[in-house]
Amino acid sequence: MANKNNEVLKQPLWINNPVVVQILGICSALAVTAKLEPAIVMGLSVTIIVALSNVIISLLRNTIPNRIRIIVQLVVVAALVTIVSEILKAFAYDVSVQLSVYIGLIITNCILMGRLEAFAMQNKPWDSFLDGIGNGLGYAAILVIVAIVRELLGNGTLLGFKIIPQWCYEHGYMNNGLMLMPPMALILVGCVIWVHRSKNKDLQEK
Amino acid sequence: MSLRNYLDKIRPDFEPEGKLHAFRSLYEGFESFLYVPNATTKCGTNIRDAFDSKRMMIMVVIALCPALLFGMYNVGYQHFIAAGLATDFWPVFGFGFLAVLPRLIVSYVVGLAIEFTVAQWKHEEIQEGYLVSGFIIPLIVPATCPLWILAIAVASSVIFAKEIFGGTGMNFPNVALITRALTFFPNPSAISGDGVWVVDHAICGLGASIDGYTQATTLGTASTAIAAPAFDWNMVWGLVPGSVGETSVIAIALGALLLLYTGIASWKTMLSVFVGGGLVAYLFNVAGPDNAMAAMPWYEHFVVGGFCFGAVFMATDPVTSARTETGKFIYGLLIGAMAITIRVMNPGYPEGMMLAILLMNCFAPLIDYCVVQANVNKRAKRVNK
Repeated sequence: MANKNNEVLKQPLWINNPVVVQILGICSALAVTAKLEPAIVMGLSVTIIVALSNVIISLLRNTIPNRIRIIVQLVVVAALVTIVSEILKAFAYDVSVQLSVYIGLIITNCILMGRLEAFAMQNKPWDSFLDGIGNGLGYAAILVIVAIVRELLGNGTLLGFKIIPQWCYEHGYMNNGLMLMPPMALILVGCVIWVHRSKNKDLQEK
Repeated sequence: MSLRNYLDKIRPDFEPEGKLHAFRSLYEGFESFLYVPNATTKCGTNIRDAFDSKRMMIMVVIALCPALLFGMYNVGYQHFIAAGLATDFWPVFGFGFLAVLPRLIVSYVVGLAIEFTVAQWKHEEIQEGYLVSGFIIPLIVPATCPLWILAIAVASSVIFAKEIFGGTGMNFPNVALITRALTFFPNPSAISGDGVWVVDHAICGLGASIDGYTQATTLGTASTAIAAPAFDWNMVWGLVPGSVGETSVIAIALGALLLLYTGIASWKTMLSVFVGGGLVAYLFNVAGPDNAMAAMPWYEHFVVGGFCFGAVFMATDPVTSARTETGKFIYGLLIGAMAITIRVMNPGYPEGMMLAILLMNCFAPLIDYCVVQANVNKRAKRVNK
């Protein structure tokens, strides 16, 4: 059993990553990765929400009538998103302003509905919890990779601290403005997928 | 023949068991560059045109030479005029040569290094496509474009616009234009504005330092000023600031003649770019918005900026343009129309040619599809009658 739990937690981190394998949650990955800080907050918020909603739905799974299960799932997710959003507004106002609507849009994030439908409806609460943590962290990992590249090359900073030294700028280095535009996030996610596919040959489409 | 003998002598080193087999693609590339390969087909009868892609590429490079040579002279001329020096031919040309040469070298070294690596890695022969792209790239950036920015742009565009699609002949966008886009969008201040068109320092003792000198291009002025600069024959000769190879209509026309005479570039694409651009520019003249760019006479639109260069060398790229004969007209018309529309309607981006061609590159397969389907439908109707 411990082995299976391990699998459930680790699979989504790399082999079955929600972003680069299942191509879910791409929109928010493009929108919030211009800087590292909002990307980390977004990743953690999604992790918490997926894990908790997985647990709640898993607990309720035998009592939810099949016909209205999507509505029940949405109510649970919406409640959790609202709580996270309010907490962010209270304790991390600047970040919540940067993330603007994207925290609210977690409700429509495909990863959430996907995990609830595919996993939490059939599995026990503890497994579902681990699955949620794994998928959330897998999503967060891609966000962080993309955000590190974009913030470092686009702004010369990481988490707001200057990384590229001043003398580089004095010798003609310039920040790459393209990195801050949304298309670059798409290209970077593409590069991550490229690396991922070349490491996992069985995923390559013929 | 000693070179031939030398190549034959070192061949065994590059065979799969040889000590230098990691450089096999390099050897093959140089051998087929220097000599006509004598490999023949192993089965069946094949008839091949002697006019292969290698000769085609070399023809385009020859066609680009007038633009490059004149561009070099003009880079020197603009600098010497700005510095208030006498414009004798050789110092002026020498200055321009030394200013442009590093960009040509960077473009070829970076681009070919990636091509050779990929060819070696995929066990393929080196393809000739980059010979032309590498020659065009230094011609479509200002002579002051920083080398490292150019190097990064060349590397990313060769990888992302060409190699991941399968190399020469498989790319859907024009590699040289993607390079320009990847220089422009990350660092707009390094490749556009008023301060980049004239080299502001002395090179190897030629010229003089003129810090902080600014000189806008005709398009740059027209996009910000109340009235566009009047038509001037210097715009046709090319003695105006601009990207290295784009200023002289005469030099580009020489290249265009060679391309049309040899049949490499399609006259249909070339002509329809000018027709499309002229029509739209004329429409803006008659009933356009009230700005300097719209009021610029339609014939002046042709001679400023990169319109001519794009129409002759970029739009006609046989890989990225439409392939059907009717499609070439549609493709060219839309490029010309889009280029002028972007110039007039978007003051933030005065040169629309790059964006127009890249946009139509994306639509070329769709145009071809529609033309082919229309033909299929027409013939089907004829059968059913």
